[in-house]
Order: sequence, then structure tokens, then C-alpha cells
Amino acid sequence: MAYHSFLLEPISCHAWNKDRTQIALCPNNHDVHIYKKDGTKWTKIHELKEHNGQVTGIDWAPDSNRIVTCGADRNAYVWTQKEGSWKPTLVILRINRAARCVKWSPRENKFAVGSGSRLISICYFEQENDWWVCKHIKKPIRSTILSLDWHPNNVLLAAGSCDFKCRVFSAYIKEVEEKPGPTPWGSKMPFGELLFESGAGAAGQTAGGGGWVHSVCFSHSGNRLAWTSHDSTVAVAEGGKTCTVSSLSSETLPLLCLTFITENSLVAAGHDCYPVLFVYDSAKGSVAFGGKLDVPKQAAQKGISARERFQNLDRRASATQTTEQDLNTLHKNSISQISVLDGGRSKCTKFCTTGMDGGMAIWDVKTLESAMKDLKIV
Amino acid sequence: MSKNTDSDRFRRVDVDEYDENKFVDEEDGGENQGGPDEAEVDGLIRHIISGNLNAALLAVLKNPPINTKNQNIKERAEQLVLKVLSSFKSSDIEKAVGSLDRAGVDLLMKYIYRGFEKPSDNSSAVLLQWHEKALAVGGVGCIVRVLTARKTV
Repeated sequence: MAYHSFLLEPISCHAWNKDRTQIALCPNNHDVHIYKKDGTKWTKIHELKEHNGQVTGIDWAPDSNRIVTCGADRNAYVWTQKEGSWKPTLVILRINRAARCVKWSPRENKFAVGSGSRLISICYFEQENDWWVCKHIKKPIRSTILSLDWHPNNVLLAAGSCDFKCRVFSAYIKEVEEKPGPTPWGSKMPFGELLFESGAGAAGQTAGGGGWVHSVCFSHSGNRLAWTSHDSTVAVAEGGKTCTVSSLSSETLPLLCLTFITENSLVAAGHDCYPVLFVYDSAKGSVAFGGKLDVPKQAAQKGISARERFQNLDRRASATQTTEQDLNTLHKNSISQISVLDGGRSKCTKFCTTGMDGGMAIWDVKTLESAMKDLKIV
Repeated sequence: MSKNTDSDRFRRVDVDEYDENKFVDEEDGGENQGGPDEAEVDGLIRHIISGNLNAALLAVLKNPPINTKNQNIKERAEQLVLKVLSSFKSSDIEKAVGSLDRAGVDLLMKYIYRGFEKPSDNSSAVLLQWHEKALAVGGVGCIVRVLTARKTV
């Protein structure tokens, strides 16, 4: 478990390059810094300064080596590397609120931007005019889009929004791709078609409504969609005629990010500052809590003197030295983003988390599995 | 100046009502949810007198008036729940909470917080005891669900 503290400011967002030697991150300001791995140290090699507002999303296309960034200044830039330095290209998104998240599609011929203007901009490159054009998906989104994830078929897009719903849209652009084949989520996929909406008519949910959907993730095959919500729930939906939704109300604080590490296991992290494993059982249609994935620090147990006891009583109304409020997790503040480093979403071996404490931790799945006795990653 | 600066009625206009982008919650059929109803109430009182408090708790947590807009129904439900909660002995609270399922604990927590809103006599002390035991079972996630619920009890 490697932990590197980059800065004192929160890391707003991050993205890795293809061979995981460089990381692009935003230190909670208008710039993007690119760090390169030098043995065990990280050195800053580039600073991408173009945005006028906080950079809210970064995505690095592994094959074409382009970076797309989106910011609170309602703009997105596509950066290409020319002669060692990164050159930006402005993309007109036609939004009148801040952009919140951006993701390249699997084939890297388009990207999607979620924003506070209650719409998703799908941008693709138009060869004859040599610029990026965007199309909007508006209906029936009623609030800010917080997170996006593409389906492996390059057409379907999952969006988590502040109107408490997780939806799957079709982002089929006929100028850049052929018609996609049918999937478990649906077969007719014109641009902007809504193929799935969570919570719509879902009976038996006594909580009703739920919370903002912070993060969405498709599984490797694309047949499963998982999302985390601000009411401390994790839900998994499986595409298909039955379209079942299974959700788990967790005992932790809300989770802000999640990813599939195998077809049945999810790792999520959030305001509790540690990653958590969830296991989805397709036969039973249920999500179960798998375990807390953090290496607890060994607390030094020494005897305390009577004087210290009374001092602690004065200070924290409890006679013990270390209370449970002490944060003995790796991250010292909420974890805001999680990304898979090795192995893809079907057989992940390493994943990385960044958080509001300005640190980045790399977690090794094998080590975690052997360290936690009851952990089973199916 | 001109006549239109005389009146200041325009200052009392609620501009949010005219915002076409305003978020409106979906309307769920709440008319048939009357809260724990009369038959239940009598059954409950019998349960309490006979000492079968666990059953009383389960009964009063049934059919919560979540979707209805009628405040009276909600008030009545809250009073009933408070009555049942207060008649438990401190040592029995833990077992009672343990007999509830996940959704039940969430619902109980909602009633507890609603009870906190209007403290009366000894209610807060009793509610705090219940809160502690429910927290042990439901975790902070349970409280987060009370805070983020769009339709409360």
C-alpha cells in the first residue's frame, strides 16, 4: 500500500496515462499538474494552465494520449502532446453552468461532459471543420450531472445526477460510428434515448428518492451498473428484461466513488476515508458488505498515568488515550476519486485513490486479500 | 415619481415559484397511507398493557405516513410512536432494536429525530436512549438516510 502526499490542498481529480508512469491531477486550483514517477519519487514535469475556473474533471485517453479537462469556467480543453509540451484545444460546450465531470469513450473518438446546466454534452471531432462539435442530452435530466461512465460498446452512457436518479442514455453519434448491436439494456438506441432510470416506479423503497448519485460505474462486460448515492446506499442494476435493482443501505458515511474490480466485486470509498469492498450476488440479487479495506495502524498501547487520565477527562470527556475518533486510516480526509491501475475492471490487481487530504494511495488487491482474513473477492 | 413605485407588493412575490427549472418532487399516491390506524392503535394499547412491547413496536412502525401531505396524520403517528417508545424499560430497548430489520431501524431513526424536534417532558431522554441503541445497529449511514430523505415521516 503506497501512499504519497502530493500537496496540502485537496486533489480535485486525477487521471493516469497508459503505462501508469504519469499522473495528471488538479491541486484544487485552475491548473493541471502532471507528475512523473521517478523510482519512488514523483516529480512535476508539466503544468497545464488554461482554465479560468477550478478544473473539475480530467481524463487521459490511453491509446491516443490525449487529455481532456473540464472546469468550472464552463469550458473543456483537449490537450495533445506536441514536441514534449501539451497544447490545448478549446471545445465549445454550449453550457451556462460549470462542467462537473468528463470521460473519454472506450474508443476515444468522443467524450462526454456532465455539467450543472442539467445536460450532458457529447463531443466528437469533425474532420472537415477541424474542430470539436457537441450534442446535448437534455431530457429528462432535472439537475446537475455528477458522474459519468461509458459502456464498453462506446454508445451507452451512464449518468448519475443530483435529481437522485441514475440513468443510462444512448450517446450514438452517427458521424463517427456504425449502429451498435443490441445489448441487455435495449436494442433501439437513437441519440439521447433513455434506456434505464433508477428509482422510477421502483416499489418497496420506503426511503423513496434517495440521495444525489455521486458515482456510477459499468462492469467490464457492461451488463451491470453500480452507483453510490448520498443516502449511504450502494445499488447494482443488471441490464435485461427483469432489470433488477439491488441496493444496500450501508452503515458508513456516503460513498463518493466506486469501481468494479471483478464482475462481482466493487470497491467504493467516500467520506469515511477508507475503501470498502462490496460483493454482488447475481443469483440472489443482493449486494453485501465485503469488508473494510484499510491497513489499520498499530496503536501503541502504553499505560497512562492518573494525571493523564484526568487530563483526558477534561479534554475529551473520556478517560482513554486513543478514542475511536482518531483517524487511523491511510487517507486523512474523504476519498473523492478511485481509479483502476492494473487489470481492468474484470481482474483488477491495483487501484488508486485520491482524496481531499492531497494524497494518493495505491492499493494492491492481492496484499489486501491476504491481509484481511474474511475478505473474499469473487 | 410614477405610480408604480408607491406599492411595494412586488417585494413579497416568491420568485422561486415562477422559475421554470424548479425541481418538483414526483407525487406518489399518499392518500391511502394513514399512518398506524385506529385498529392498530387499540391493538397497541392492549399490547402495552399486556406487556408485549416488542409487538407494539412492530405494529406502530407499520404503515408509516411518509407520502401523505396531511400533517395531522403525521402528528398522530409521531405521538403514537413516542408513547410506545416511552413505555419500554431501558434494559429492553436493545433487544427491541435488534428485532427490527434494516428498513425498520431506518424508520425508527426517522421517528426519533422527529421526536427530537418537539421535546416534551421526558421525551428527549427516552429518545436519546433509543438513539444510542439504534445507532449501534444502523451506524451513521442510518442517520445520513434520515437527513437525506425527501419524504419524511
